[in-house]
Amino acid sequence: MGEQLAFYALSALILGCAVIVITAPSAVYAILFLVLDFLFVAGLYVVLHAQFVAVIQVLVYAGGIVILYLFVVMLVNLKRPPEAQRDRRRRSRLGVALSAVVLVEFAAIALYGYVAPEAGPAGGGLSFSNVERVGWLLYTDYLVPFELASMLLLVAMIGAIVLARREL
Amino acid sequence: MITQTHYLVLSTVLFFIGVVGVMTRRNIIIILLSIELMLNAVNINLIAFSYHLKSEIGQVFALFVICVAAAEAAVGLGIILAFYRNKETVNIDEMNLMRW
Repeated sequence: MGEQLAFYALSALILGCAVIVITAPSAVYAILFLVLDFLFVAGLYVVLHAQFVAVIQVLVYAGGIVILYLFVVMLVNLKRPPEAQRDRRRRSRLGVALSAVVLVEFAAIALYGYVAPEAGPAGGGLSFSNVERVGWLLYTDYLVPFELASMLLLVAMIGAIVLARREL
Repeated sequence: MITQTHYLVLSTVLFFIGVVGVMTRRNIIIILLSIELMLNAVNINLIAFSYHLKSEIGQVFALFVICVAAAEAAVGLGIILAFYRNKETVNIDEMNLMRW
C-alpha cells in the first residue's frame, strides 16, 4: 500500500515536472523544474532500494549539472529568445510529426512485444542498504569500465575548458 | 501491487516527453535538458530491473549513465558558450555554420 502510494505520487510529480520542463517559456523556469524532477526521480530510486544511486543523483544532477546549466543561462544574454521569433524556417510541425512517429513506435513495441513479466529470482531481494555491494561490484567486476569512466570525465573536463576559452 | 510493467511504462512516458522536447523546441539549452530527461528515463529502467532481478549490477550501470550525462552536459554547454560568443544566439535554426 505504501509502495503504491509512493509510486503513483512520485510518477505524477515526475511526469508533471517533465511536461513543465519542455513547455516552459523561459529556460530558467525549465531548469528549476528540472531540479524538482531530478529530486523526485531520486525519491523513486529510494523506493526501489537504490539509496547510493539516489544520493549520487541528488549530488551530481541536482547539485552539479543543473548549476552548470543555470550558469550558462545567466551567461547567455537572451534578448531575443528563440521561441519569440516566428520565422518561416521554423519546423515545429515536422517535429510534432516525428514525435508522433516515435509514439506509434513505442505503442507498437508495447502491443506486439509485451510479455508478462516473469517472477524475479527467488530469495530475499535487495538488502535495504546495499552501498557496500555496489562498491564491491564497481571495484572488482567493473573495474575497467570504472577507470574508463574516470578517463571520460577527465577528457570532458579538458574539452569544456578548451571550448569555453575566450580566444577559440 | 506495483509490478515491473508500471516502472517500464513510467520510463517510456518520460522518455517520450524528452523526445517531444528535442523535436519541437528551438532553444538549444532546453533541448539539452530534454536529453537529460531521456537519460533519467533510462536510469529508471535500469534501477527497476535491478530491483526486479535482485541484482546490484543495474545500479552500477546507472552510475555509469550518470557519469556520461555529466560529461555530456559539460562539453555541450562549452559548445553552446563558444557558439553564443560567435553568433549571439541559442536558436538551433540559426546554427548552420557547417551546413554544406
